[in-house]
Amino acid sequence: MERRDFLRQGGGSLAAALLGAGWLTPAQAAEWNRVAFEAKGVDVVFRLLGAGDATASGDVYVTAPEIAENGAVVPVTVGSRLPGTQSIAILIEKNPNTLTAMFDIPQGTAPEVHTRVKMAETCRLYALVRTENGFHFGAKEIKITLGGCGG
Amino acid sequence: MTFRDRLLPWVTALASCLVLVAGARAEGRSAADAIHEYREMLEDANPADLVEMRGEELWSTARGPRHASLEQCDLGLGPGVLDGAYARLPRYFADTGRVQDAESRLVTCITRLQGIPREDVVRHWYRRGSDIEALVTFVAARSKGSPVDVPAREPHEAALLAVGADFFFRRSGPLDFACSTCHSQDDRRIRLQEVPNFTDPAAARASMTQWPAYRVSQSSVWTMERRLVDCIRQMRYPEPGFASDVLVALQLYLQHQASGGVMQGPGIRR
Amino acid sequence: MAYPMKIRANSDGTETEVKILMSHPMETGRRKDEDGNPVPAHFIRNITVTHGDVVVLSAQWGPAISANPFLSFRFRGGVPGEMVKVAWRDNLGDTKSQEAMIA
Repeated sequence: MERRDFLRQGGGSLAAALLGAGWLTPAQAAEWNRVAFEAKGVDVVFRLLGAGDATASGDVYVTAPEIAENGAVVPVTVGSRLPGTQSIAILIEKNPNTLTAMFDIPQGTAPEVHTRVKMAETCRLYALVRTENGFHFGAKEIKITLGGCGG
Repeated sequence: MTFRDRLLPWVTALASCLVLVAGARAEGRSAADAIHEYREMLEDANPADLVEMRGEELWSTARGPRHASLEQCDLGLGPGVLDGAYARLPRYFADTGRVQDAESRLVTCITRLQGIPREDVVRHWYRRGSDIEALVTFVAARSKGSPVDVPAREPHEAALLAVGADFFFRRSGPLDFACSTCHSQDDRRIRLQEVPNFTDPAAARASMTQWPAYRVSQSSVWTMERRLVDCIRQMRYPEPGFASDVLVALQLYLQHQASGGVMQGPGIRR
Repeated sequence: MAYPMKIRANSDGTETEVKILMSHPMETGRRKDEDGNPVPAHFIRNITVTHGDVVVLSAQWGPAISANPFLSFRFRGGVPGEMVKVAWRDNLGDTKSQEAMIA
């Protein structure tokens, strides 16, 4: 069984300190990265995940509809064509909490996941990928229509 | 200045006007395409399936003072016959002397078979995750692939069909509004939302065969009664009661219009 | 039957595609109910998918994953008849795990 955690990828500094002091095992610390999930702003979350120097890459992709009829359910695929992809995170620029999800991709699992997310308003959705050689990101703007009555 | 010189600016203006219209059309179409793409992406997994699973459990679990399941419930095709039953509702039931839709018939079954008082059954019918929502979803799913078949020739049904049609077309309420104000013309939209023309059987089939539907904006399945209550609220009419005759009558009209369409629901909607 | 889950796992001989539909309200903590009372946050935080003893996907989620979450992905291997297991834990400590057979 292969275990990776987002701490090694530069998770919350408090958790890192606790880990350094031997108060937390890596598995416990990896349970939920509260600091990153409660942060606001793409730059801030990138930094908290240790991805402050992430570079834009055409090999990290976001597939989603141009327009989502309802922001409560936006289908999205995030993926990477970069070799040695270890994790993929989803960030939504203008949500109250920017970080939406972090997926660990073990060896043998395709570096592509599909899920559905909530978007508060029209904005960019980022996929942040960690490989052996550092962090890379891709992004796509998704328009959210609030819609009226009917349905 | 010749006539042609004077005409030219008008022709130019008219031409640019046409371009504008064409541009707007193209944009409108691409927005509709994008919405279509969005809906297709959601069809892969409909959370209504989870509601249907809960409905199946409610259907087959012994509950209430009589400690009975609903497996002997007669939805019009005989006790316990589920396949295709929803597609033939609303219909007249001799044992109650009423024309009933899925909701009102399920209430009859729950009160009679399980002995649960009616007020307990209907109290939270509109709440997210209600038992009625789950049961209607389960029952409707068992009509998937069956053609809607509501001829309404039986005298009680014919009489109520006339009431439903009348309600659909007659303007009333503080806004002097009828269902037909929005739902009797082709290609109407409220913002990006298409508004089906229920006077056209093809459009009625396309819409009605998707209900009940999981509404992503509500995170829950809406039954046709729930849908109609909200339409009526938007017309600023007094809110009709659950399983009331007007809701059954309207459904009778809509299902009659949609007859021949193949049931695909539970669908997925905005 | 609290929190039903619907899991589909299909092998094409090389890869297994897993599709998971979960029942969960995924409340953000920012919404009010019909009576105007705030609805407390309630969302899945951790999800792990295993094939035998091997973790094939694990994730941390925030409350911006849609209600009744859907997740799909592919992993190499998997033979029809083998099991895939999905387990999650939410912020209130509720857990759920369910297995499905690869088809």
